[in-house]
Amino acid sequence: MPLKVQFTPKFYIRASITMAIIIWVIATSIRILEILATKSGLDLEISRYLPILLQDLFYVFILVYYRFKIRAVESGNFVDLLWKVFATGLVTTVISLSIRLFYDSIADTMLAENEFLDTFLYSLNRALISVFLISTLTVWKKLILYQKSRKLIVYWNVFEVALFASIFFNLTGFTLQEHLIFEILFAILAIMAIILSANLKWVAYLNFKQKWKSVLIIVLITIYIFYFFTYLYISPEEAITNFNAIDDLFIIVVFTFLLFYSIFSLLVILFNLPTSSVFEKKMEEAINFQRLSQSIQQGENEDQIFDVLLNSSMNAVYADAGWIEVTLEQDEAKILSKHISRENINLVKEQIMTSKNRSVIKNPLATNTDSDRVLVGLKKSNYRSVFVVPLTIQNQVKGFMYLLNEVSDSFNKEMISIINTFASQASVSIENFRLMGEALLNERYKEELNIAKSVQRALLPKELDHNSSFSIHAFTEAAAEVGGDYYDTFQLSEHRFAIVIGDVSGKGTSAAFHMSQMKGIFQSLVQLDLSAEEFLINANTALSKCLERTSFITLTYFIIDTEEKTLEFSRAGHCPTLYYDKKKKETKYFQDKGLGLGIIRNSTYKNFIQVNKMSFDKDDILVLYTDGISEASNEEHDEFGYDRMKNLLQQNAHYDPMMIQKVFISKLYEFCGGKDLDDDYTMLVIKFN
Amino acid sequence: MIEIKKETENNYLNIVVNGEADASSSIHLDKAIKEAMEEGHQHILIDCTNLNYISSAGLGVFMSYIEEISEKSIDFILFGLSEKVLKVFGILGLDQLLTIKENKEAAIAAIREV
Repeated sequence: MPLKVQFTPKFYIRASITMAIIIWVIATSIRILEILATKSGLDLEISRYLPILLQDLFYVFILVYYRFKIRAVESGNFVDLLWKVFATGLVTTVISLSIRLFYDSIADTMLAENEFLDTFLYSLNRALISVFLISTLTVWKKLILYQKSRKLIVYWNVFEVALFASIFFNLTGFTLQEHLIFEILFAILAIMAIILSANLKWVAYLNFKQKWKSVLIIVLITIYIFYFFTYLYISPEEAITNFNAIDDLFIIVVFTFLLFYSIFSLLVILFNLPTSSVFEKKMEEAINFQRLSQSIQQGENEDQIFDVLLNSSMNAVYADAGWIEVTLEQDEAKILSKHISRENINLVKEQIMTSKNRSVIKNPLATNTDSDRVLVGLKKSNYRSVFVVPLTIQNQVKGFMYLLNEVSDSFNKEMISIINTFASQASVSIENFRLMGEALLNERYKEELNIAKSVQRALLPKELDHNSSFSIHAFTEAAAEVGGDYYDTFQLSEHRFAIVIGDVSGKGTSAAFHMSQMKGIFQSLVQLDLSAEEFLINANTALSKCLERTSFITLTYFIIDTEEKTLEFSRAGHCPTLYYDKKKKETKYFQDKGLGLGIIRNSTYKNFIQVNKMSFDKDDILVLYTDGISEASNEEHDEFGYDRMKNLLQQNAHYDPMMIQKVFISKLYEFCGGKDLDDDYTMLVIKFN
Repeated sequence: MIEIKKETENNYLNIVVNGEADASSSIHLDKAIKEAMEEGHQHILIDCTNLNYISSAGLGVFMSYIEEISEKSIDFILFGLSEKVLKVFGILGLDQLLTIKENKEAAIAAIREV
C-alpha cells in the first residue's frame, strides 16, 4: 500500500517534531563520540561544521513546529497564549533546575567528573531552552501581528527572513567579541526587534482582570529569559571549545527580541491599567448599540426597546437613576423607571420645571424646538444634574428620557453624543417595528378588500333576465377593489322585465355599501310590480333613511313589455339613456326630467321626476351606462362625452349587444390612452329582436 | 385641486370656487359653505366661473344644504357655471332645486328681486 502523505498542519507538526528529535539525538551522539575520540586520541574526521549545521537544523524544525502549532489568535485568548509560554518556560526551568540539583547532589562523586553525562545533560538543557525561546518568539509574533497592516506584515517578514538567515550565521565561525560584522548584524537585528516591539495593540483588548494576569505571567516569563540567558552565557574565558552557545547570532537576537517585547508589553499593560475601564465601557456601548438595533428582529415589542435604551443610557453616563416617559398609541402614557420611585419622579419633574439652570442642546437634524435636548442643574434635590432627551418617532416627539446624577454637571459632551446616538437608534428601531406592523395590517386590509370585492361581484347578476324578444349584455369595471356601480334585472311576468342601472355618489368602500343597500331596495320593491315612477318614489323614501347626508344615488328604472313592445322608464338623475331608432336610423338621448335619489328626502320628490312610455321596434338599441364612461377623460382633460358615444352607437348599430359593448370599451380605452381609470364604469346594452 | 375665496360685497357673501371639486377637495368647499351658513349670511353667491369639474362628491356638498337653504330662506345662488358643469347639475336634477344664474349680474339681480 503506497504511503499517502497529506500536507496538513498536523502532518507538519508531527514531521517537524520527529525530525527535531532525531537531529538532536544525532547531534548529541556526535558530541559524545567526539569526546570519546578525543579521549582515545583519535580523530573522527567529522567536519567541524556538521554539529553546528545539525544544531541549526534543529532550530529550523522547532521553528516549523511552532509555526503550525500556534494558530490564529482571537482577542479572547491572549492570556491563554501567554499561559502556554509560561507553562513551557516552567517545564524548562524545572528540568534545568533539577539538573543543577542533581549536579549539586553528586558534586563529590566520580559521576560529577563524567564528561559524557555532562555533555548529554547540557545538550538536553540547551535544546529545551531553545524550544522555549522559539515558542515564545512565535507567540510574540502572533501578538504583534494581531492587528496587522500591510506595512507591518512586510516589516515583520523582513525581520523573520533575516532571523532565519541568522540561524546559519554560526557556520561562519564568527564571534561577537572578535568580529565586527557579527556586531553590526546583531545591532541591525536588535534595532528591528525594538521597532517591532512597539506593536502592542492587543493590550487594548484585555479587560482589567486579564491585564493583571498578563502582567504576572509576563514578569515570570521575563525572569525565565534572564535565567536562561545567564545559564547559557559562558564568558569566553571559561568557554570550552565545544560549547559555543552564546556565539550564536540567532539565539542572541531572539533573546534580545524576547526581552524587549516582554518589557515593553509589561510597561504598556501597566500604564493601560487605569484606562482599561474606559475601553471596556466603549465596548459595552457598542454592544448596547447593537442590541438596540437588533431588538426588533428578535420579535421584541416597544417596551423592551425602551428598556434596553434606558439601561444602556444609564450605563453609558453612570446615571444614578432615570426614567422614560412615552405616549404610545391610543394616547396611553407609560413610565419606565429605574432606581427611582413614582413620587420622586414627580418631585424631580417639578424641580426641572422651576430650575433656571438649564442649557439647551440643539438637535442639528430637527427643525422644531421640541426635539432639543436639555441639561438641567438642580439645587435642592438628591439629584444635581438631569439630562432630558426627547424621543422622536416618525418625526414626532413621543416621549422623553430623563437621566439623573447625584453629582452636578456630570454629563460631558461625549456622554451627550452617545445618548443621542442611543436615542436615535431606539427611534429607528421603533419606527421599523411600527412600519412592519403597518405593513402587516395593510396586507390584512388588502385581503379584506379582496373579500369585499368578491362579495360585491356576487351582488351583480350573473344571468340577466330576458326572453327571445331582446338580447342583453352587461359590462362593469371598478376603479378600486370595490365600487358604486349597480345594475340588475328581474322578470316581473312572462313578458315583462324590470331592468335597473345605478351609480352611487363617491367611490370605493362607502359607495360599495350604498350600492348593496340599493340592491336590497331593488330586490324588495321590484316584487311589488310598481310603475317606474312609483318605484323611484319608494326607493327615495327608503334611501332617505339610510344614506349619509352628502350621498345620493342616481338610477334609471325600465320596464320592458315584450308582448306590447313598449318601454316604460323613469330617470332618477342618472345619465340620459342612449337610444338607437332603427326605423329612423337615428341615435338620441332621452332628455327628460329627473332627480337623484336621496337629494330630496321628503314627499315632494315625486314632483321632480317624470315617466316615459314608448314603443320599440326590431333592432332598436338601448345603451345604459354610468358617468364613468361619459365623463372619462384623457390626459388633455377632454371628456369621452355624449357626442362621441352617440356617433359610436350610430356607426355600430348593426352589431349584437356584446360587440357594441366591446367597441365602446375599446374606444374608451383608446381615448383615455395610458391614463388609469379613476371612476367605476358600467355598460348595459339591450337590442330588441 | 380646489381654491376657495370668500369675499363680502355689499349685502352678500361671494364664495369663489376655482379648480376641481372632487372627492378630496370637496371637503374644503363644504367647510366654506358651512362657515357661511353658521355666520348667518342670508345672501350667498357661489362663483363657479373657474370651476372646471365637479364630481358626485362635489354635487353631494351642494345637495346637503338644499334643505337648510329652503328652511332659512337663504338666497343661495350659483353662477358662471361652464356648460360641462351645468350639464352635470342638470342630469342629476339639482338645477331644479338650486338657483343657478348665468353670470354675477344676473345673480345679484336675483337677490334684489326677493
